[in-house]
Amino acid sequence: MKKTSAARRKLLATGAGLGAWLVVVRPAAAAELPEDLAAAIKTFTQGATLREGRVTLEIAELVDNGNAVPLTVSVASLMTPADHVTAISIFNERNPQRDVINVQLGPRSGRARLSTRIRLATSQKIVAVARFRDGSCWSRTVDVVVTLAACIEEN
Amino acid sequence: MARTLINMPTNPARGEVIEIRTLIAHNMETGYRPGADGRVLPRDLIRRFTCSFDDGSSNEPVFSAELFPAIAANPYIAFHFAATGSGTLRFVWEGDNGFTQTETVAIRVA
Repeated sequence: MKKTSAARRKLLATGAGLGAWLVVVRPAAAAELPEDLAAAIKTFTQGATLREGRVTLEIAELVDNGNAVPLTVSVASLMTPADHVTAISIFNERNPQRDVINVQLGPRSGRARLSTRIRLATSQKIVAVARFRDGSCWSRTVDVVVTLAACIEEN
Repeated sequence: MARTLINMPTNPARGEVIEIRTLIAHNMETGYRPGADGRVLPRDLIRRFTCSFDDGSSNEPVFSAELFPAIAANPYIAFHFAATGSGTLRFVWEGDNGFTQTETVAIRVA
């Protein structure tokens, strides 16, 4: 009896954990971005159509402390002089400003990968956009849940 | 002078892509936050970070970043560099209130 209830508990815990994970990391569709965020992204893409893919955005789905959230963006590109990523930009949905960081790189970089730590004011979408040399733009959107917000009190 | 940390291999193989990790001590005051007296603290940010490579004959840009208030205090930036030859990497941070800091690291390919 004891054994089965322990097994049952374990099964339930795994199920609940799995469910939470699925809810939090589902990538959001670009179509449902709010107007100001879409406008900020449009300034960066310079009119090119934004496509989903080629970019990976690694960030914790559940953020305990919004004051410093580690984030890594990597873009699938061989970084040759003929075809490389020229810029990567990160945008957020609900901080006071839409821009987070905007980087320029080139074939000298060898790999299109950027890591930094950001502030998050509340639960929101994060969008990473990469611009290639031919002008095409690729993106990835991720939803994050923030429990302790940044920018509220003095730390 | 702010304290900086630059972590990278200085003797990579020729053509190796190395990771460069940089950190600088800075408050990155956003300009949105109230202080102890209830008034908003004035903005004090690092606005720009650049890394360039000087191989003795030319000085080429490697990486540059424009930072916004959403970058956490003590900005940490990690990126990659294809080590095609020996030379000097130059790191420059520039910001509000005339903030500038320059660091150089010599790199020698094996």
